[in-house]
Amino acid sequence: MASGKEVRTKIKSIQNTQKITKAMEMVAASKMRKAQDRMAASRPYSDKMRQVIHHLAFAHTEYKHPYLLERDEVKRVGYIIISTDRGLCGGLNTNEFKAVLKSVIEWSDQGVEVDYCTIGTKAAGFFKRMKGDIVSQAGHLGDAPSVNDLIGSVKVMLDAYNEGKIDRLYVAYNEFVNTMTQEPRVNQLLPVISIKEEDELKHHWDYIYEPDAKDVLDGLMVRYIESLVYQGVTENVACEMAARMIAMKAATDNAGELINDLQLVYNKARQAAITQEISEIVSGAAAV
Amino acid sequence: MAMTMHVDIVSAEHELFSGTAEVVIAPAVRGEVGIYPRHTQMITPLKPGEVRITKQGGEEESIYVSGGILEVQPHVVTILSDTAVRAHDLDEAAAMEAQKRAEQALKDKTGDMEEAEALAQLAEAAAQIHLIQKLRGKK
Repeated sequence: MASGKEVRTKIKSIQNTQKITKAMEMVAASKMRKAQDRMAASRPYSDKMRQVIHHLAFAHTEYKHPYLLERDEVKRVGYIIISTDRGLCGGLNTNEFKAVLKSVIEWSDQGVEVDYCTIGTKAAGFFKRMKGDIVSQAGHLGDAPSVNDLIGSVKVMLDAYNEGKIDRLYVAYNEFVNTMTQEPRVNQLLPVISIKEEDELKHHWDYIYEPDAKDVLDGLMVRYIESLVYQGVTENVACEMAARMIAMKAATDNAGELINDLQLVYNKARQAAITQEISEIVSGAAAV
Repeated sequence: MAMTMHVDIVSAEHELFSGTAEVVIAPAVRGEVGIYPRHTQMITPLKPGEVRITKQGGEEESIYVSGGILEVQPHVVTILSDTAVRAHDLDEAAAMEAQKRAEQALKDKTGDMEEAEALAQLAEAAAQIHLIQKLRGKK
């Protein structure tokens, strides 16, 4: 049995770890609330954007934007993978990467090549180790990501799509279902999947475009894609915080259990030592 | 009572304004436009500038937008505001930077992220300086 002192230092060190995990849990909880607010704040923009695109897709435009057209042949696909910058958030990133790989394998079985754009350092590390073709990268976005940080990476992928280097674009992120559940998602960004066909007949009008339809649509489409990616990023931040909170709570609980077990061992050792001492004294007194 | 329409001004990061208004004046790329209720459907990009809203009851409010898109429906006006000053060059710089980061990360076998980060920050700073100079030039 371990000596009393050894067990005591072990308990001390676990208590210190527990303090840290407890603090991290509380930090994650407060950050999660803020991240959720941010997630909610980004919704109206993308909802409005979707409405406008919806109108545009069915209004009688003389100009069909390439993002709305399906391409016959798919030779290469692009993935924008949104991950966290830091670890200690349970299986959040791993689950997402698994979902991405599943989708990637489906494509590579058909002989389609894949390009990656990574947002967040974890994805960059993972797909680099996978020897994936990373064409653009963004990281260290912090807890309050801004659209600015994403413009560059998204543009690289959109340019590749415009030039015909890739024929399809996906975005992968974690969807925030609730605090306990985060679902990995792999959604198609391009070509834009048209929304509800049956509404088509209702829209017999068209916009006045200023200066012209092409310019307006170009600007709009880029912003639409950016807003979708941005929403993915905000959701992923909320997921990260929730997952970290849960992971740290579990770690704190485990540390508590470990301390209880060790405390028992320590008490037993102490009791045994006292018993031994008493018996030594008694036998010593008897000998005199 | 004057006719009113619903006005929403949203950016990707937050909602800037939502309410009923009598008139909206916005800086469209082809010059300022004033939108009254029952305007025909229109869609146009906006320049950076001031959006003036005359709210129901005559109270005025002005909001700065750094560009965006104005969508008009007879009774709904939506402004999708950009969060940043957008310029083609600047977008290009951001794209180059993202590419550079990826290339750098692939080159660094040891995963020397610090250098990549430093380079990224350098590119970012350079891009900002570029924009500032451009904006000064315009004034």
